[in-house]
Amino acid sequence: MAGVSTKEIKTRIRSMESTKQITKAMEMVAASKLRKHQNRVQASRPYFEILSDTIQAIIDANADFTSPYLTHRTGDRTCYVVIAGDRGLAGGYNSNVFRQVMEEMKNHDGVILPVGRKAVDYFTSVKKPMLTSNYAVAESVSIGDCFSMAKNLCKRYLAGEFDRICVCYTNFVSVLSQVPELRELLPLTPKAGDQRPKGTEILYEPDSEAVFAAIVPEYLGGILYGALCESRASEQAARRSAMDSATQNAEEMIGQLSLQFNRARQAAITQEITEIVAGSNA
Amino acid sequence: MKSFPLKIVTPDGLCYDGPAQELVVRTTSGDLGILAGHISCVAPLGMGRATVMVDGVKKYAACIGGMVSVVNGQVTLVPTTFEWAEEIDIHRAESSETRAKSVLEDKTSTDTDIKLAEARLKRALIRKSVAQYKPR
Repeated sequence: MAGVSTKEIKTRIRSMESTKQITKAMEMVAASKLRKHQNRVQASRPYFEILSDTIQAIIDANADFTSPYLTHRTGDRTCYVVIAGDRGLAGGYNSNVFRQVMEEMKNHDGVILPVGRKAVDYFTSVKKPMLTSNYAVAESVSIGDCFSMAKNLCKRYLAGEFDRICVCYTNFVSVLSQVPELRELLPLTPKAGDQRPKGTEILYEPDSEAVFAAIVPEYLGGILYGALCESRASEQAARRSAMDSATQNAEEMIGQLSLQFNRARQAAITQEITEIVAGSNA
Repeated sequence: MKSFPLKIVTPDGLCYDGPAQELVVRTTSGDLGILAGHISCVAPLGMGRATVMVDGVKKYAACIGGMVSVVNGQVTLVPTTFEWAEEIDIHRAESSETRAKSVLEDKTSTDTDIKLAEARLKRALIRKSVAQYKPR
């Protein structure tokens, strides 16, 4: 047989098979994790939505613009909370998020608060300043961590360390589609003047300053937690489909290789027979 | 009695969505009672018992952190944790109470430990007191 020997093809098939086994197993793990995270996303989504709607309604009806959370500063230093995964092999999941952040950073420079080991590694390699790498393991960030992160961010925001806070995460649209999204958290922006509901005055208990001081960190924490849930589910979904297509590719390659192997084997047999026949004829 | 639409959501999911006649929550500045027709208002929540009246029946819950808002008659309660009396795990609350107390009694505890333990103790005590209202 010309070129590749049957032995060589056999080794390749065997190695392809073990690759396939690994990707298959990873797909299965991702699928079972996905189910768990999907449930959590579904549970947290109403909270996520109602929380942002309520805050939006409050600031739309707000007539008092003295709160530092509502004032747009002239500066442009931004803090990006980037939520990515701890591991690779999840298709474009990590790189899509990073690409979006880098795109945004061209216009608004700032610092990064990475969540997930991949995010820490990436922003270290592109030499962007990082606030902290305490949240390097996205899998173990709890809701309590989200709230303490939010408190910390608010404190720094009030101290004037940055003028904007954005969160970059992956929105879990469906099992097959995950979209990276960048969302501005602070300062809070009321809707444009004419869209605002008129004649609604809101009573702040005890007063607006105390209310904003207490609510904004809660809001931030809630949104960060929601974004984290979305991202985690997206990661598993992305990994599942990446591993699914890897398994399919492996199967296809095994098919091709076996065909090649069989042809080579057949060719060898035919050759042997020809030789024997030729020998006996002589 | 007139009803108003009430939504209660926590990060763990939607706890209640429907009409209610009365809501009493502990805000940072004291108890706040809400009936139908309440003026639009916002208040941050403290830690305490929440009472919801649905169809004339009072239900109790432990409600910690977050905020309550009334915007154009829609009442939204967005706490960090919210547990109906029947859902409270009393054993967990008790064990958390003893753990917190042991930290508080320990002379070597750091300030942050003490702060955390105090908060934990408070939560445990609230859960315990609310759990008494468990319908039998």
